[in-house]
Amino acid sequence: MTSDIEIKSGASAKTQPSAPPENAPDTSYKSWGNYPQASHCKILRPAWMDEITGKLLTDSAPLLAYGLGRSYGDSCLNDGGTLMDIRGLDRILHFDAEHGSIVCEAGVSLGEILLIAVPRGWFLPVTPGTKIVTLAGAIANDVHGKNHHVEGTIGCHVEQFGLVRSNGGEIICSRDENPELFAATIGGLGLTGIILRAELRLKKITSAQIEMDTVPFATFEDFIRLSSDEEGAKYEYTVGWVDCLSGRKTRGIFMRGNHATEGKLQTHPEKIKLSVPFNLPSFTLNPFSIWAFNNLYYAMGRAKAGHSQVHYDPFFYPLDKVDNWNRIYGHGGFTQYQCVVPNSEVAAFQEILERIARAGQGSFLGVIKKFGSVQSPGIMSFPRPGLTLALDFPFRGEKTLKLFAELDEVVAAARGALYPAKDPRMSPRMFRLSYPRLEEFRRYVDPALSSSFWRRVAEEKA
Amino acid sequence: MSQGLVILGATSKIAQEVARIAAKEGREILLVARNEERLEAVAGDLLARGAARVETIACDLADVANHQALWSRVENQMPEFTSVLLAYGTLGDQVRAEQSIAYTMRELNTNFISAASLLSYAAASLEHRKTGVLAVITSVAGDRARRSNYVYGSAKGALTLFVQGLRARLFASGVRVLTIKPGPVDTPMIAHMKKGLLTASPKSVAAIIYREMEEGKAEVIYVPAYWRAIMAVIRAIPESVGKKLKF
Repeated sequence: MTSDIEIKSGASAKTQPSAPPENAPDTSYKSWGNYPQASHCKILRPAWMDEITGKLLTDSAPLLAYGLGRSYGDSCLNDGGTLMDIRGLDRILHFDAEHGSIVCEAGVSLGEILLIAVPRGWFLPVTPGTKIVTLAGAIANDVHGKNHHVEGTIGCHVEQFGLVRSNGGEIICSRDENPELFAATIGGLGLTGIILRAELRLKKITSAQIEMDTVPFATFEDFIRLSSDEEGAKYEYTVGWVDCLSGRKTRGIFMRGNHATEGKLQTHPEKIKLSVPFNLPSFTLNPFSIWAFNNLYYAMGRAKAGHSQVHYDPFFYPLDKVDNWNRIYGHGGFTQYQCVVPNSEVAAFQEILERIARAGQGSFLGVIKKFGSVQSPGIMSFPRPGLTLALDFPFRGEKTLKLFAELDEVVAAARGALYPAKDPRMSPRMFRLSYPRLEEFRRYVDPALSSSFWRRVAEEKA
Repeated sequence: MSQGLVILGATSKIAQEVARIAAKEGREILLVARNEERLEAVAGDLLARGAARVETIACDLADVANHQALWSRVENQMPEFTSVLLAYGTLGDQVRAEQSIAYTMRELNTNFISAASLLSYAAASLEHRKTGVLAVITSVAGDRARRSNYVYGSAKGALTLFVQGLRARLFASGVRVLTIKPGPVDTPMIAHMKKGLLTASPKSVAAIIYREMEEGKAEVIYVPAYWRAIMAVIRAIPESVGKKLKF
């Protein structure tokens, strides 16, 4: 098949998808939190699915696929190893606008899917708080969103995907075909193989608008009431924003919504207008500015309380409006603490909020949500029935690590779990406690694949 | 204005991005490239993005002997085409070319001879119809031969001249001929090279190309436009100095 003609994008990339001629390590690939840093020996940039072969995986070991770098910690990094930037695989292979299924190459972003699907009356079945993630990354982290209580994770809506492992060519994985690999890859942090393409089932919509209710709450009990099953059944999307300084006297804004039935099928703007052009000085975020912001947000939420109709873009993706917003945290970087504890452990959840408030290290707003009981096919999936909290922290070294270690103990005692996509520091013990099926998962990890995260928390000692 | 768009070398990154813009406008597109699987992926993408119809022909564009058959397939599968974009080429390996004359000839064949052959078929078709646009991606490298890539540069330079000739020939029949000279673009073609400040994104380059093809009046465009000035300076370097330069 190799004649000497190559069509600009081809064979040069095939034999050598891209190594800089000089072997200078590459430090341009970062995680969202900008902590920890990593340098990679080699960057592969395949432009076609057929360039990704078992042999390429073997030759590039240890290898990790990298999408849009929205993982906060080190699960998207592979310090000292090879990264495969899959953004070149950005084709939509098939869109069935009648039945609402879409087959995309791995590097297509959720935002790009929306641009195609929304005008034809389809929406993502599940979406995280940013649309700037790849489909493969969404599967590898089995992402969840504001509708977890009714729709589960994105893995619940994946029909099938093609996976390449170091021992061969593309394998189709679905609930019927290679079901074990299917289950291990959903939430499998990119370690079970390279996803080439995936089919996602979409959700029918008749409007791009969301009917939204904004309800301020001033106690934790109010939040629990708003999150109850009866209340949750009335709203497809629910989430609470909590003032992270309020502690036990939890106050916040509860947002809930449904797809509107009337309105235009208008997509979000393709271009992001605002951008943080460089890292801001680290004093930008200090206890006073955070206190002021949280007060302002709460006040605004109260003022806006009630019913409104908004486009899906500001409803789901308020932060996507500002490109590189992570730079407000400065060079030191930031991280997020996201945990889940069972519904029976309300006290532990409140204790976590209390400790965070007392430490005064949190930033801006925490997100709290009650997960539902829809089971993901993924054996390493993070969401499970219970209460989840996600809160950003500027990374302040020991001080931050110490607080997180304290929170870990509360989570562990409550039989809760931490979310790898947000984590730069959990201990191997916390990982084991969070993922009871870890040993089973290990069997499906491809020997050519690894990540900084995996080596940190799970690699078996030789 | 026009409907049918024929892209020769449709799996090149720039061509794909041009095709996406055309797809969004609901055009009919015929894709020609060597790899059938890749063509299929591109075709699916364009259909999802709104193309009214996508046809594909998988064949080796460097195989000049096959061009007549290829062109009748093009006429057959998209008889109503009004625009043709030739977008293929190989950057090649200059060092290897200096060691292998056979390789040098192959590179010249791909980048110039085969392109000239296909353009002759396309020109005849359009001349007959008395309408349409023939757009050809050459390169800034064709403006002056350089030590580090003169095999590629000379082929693109020859192609630039050939296209200039076609423009004069087709002018009388009302067919517009557009020469497109991109600078370095961030595509797999240069994936092994260090990217400088002057490396443009395929998307932005494609937007300029498509707009110029559809609405423009220019004969020759540099993409991005600043390359016109850069190349004017490089062309002005006297031979006595140029021969000593290694770039």
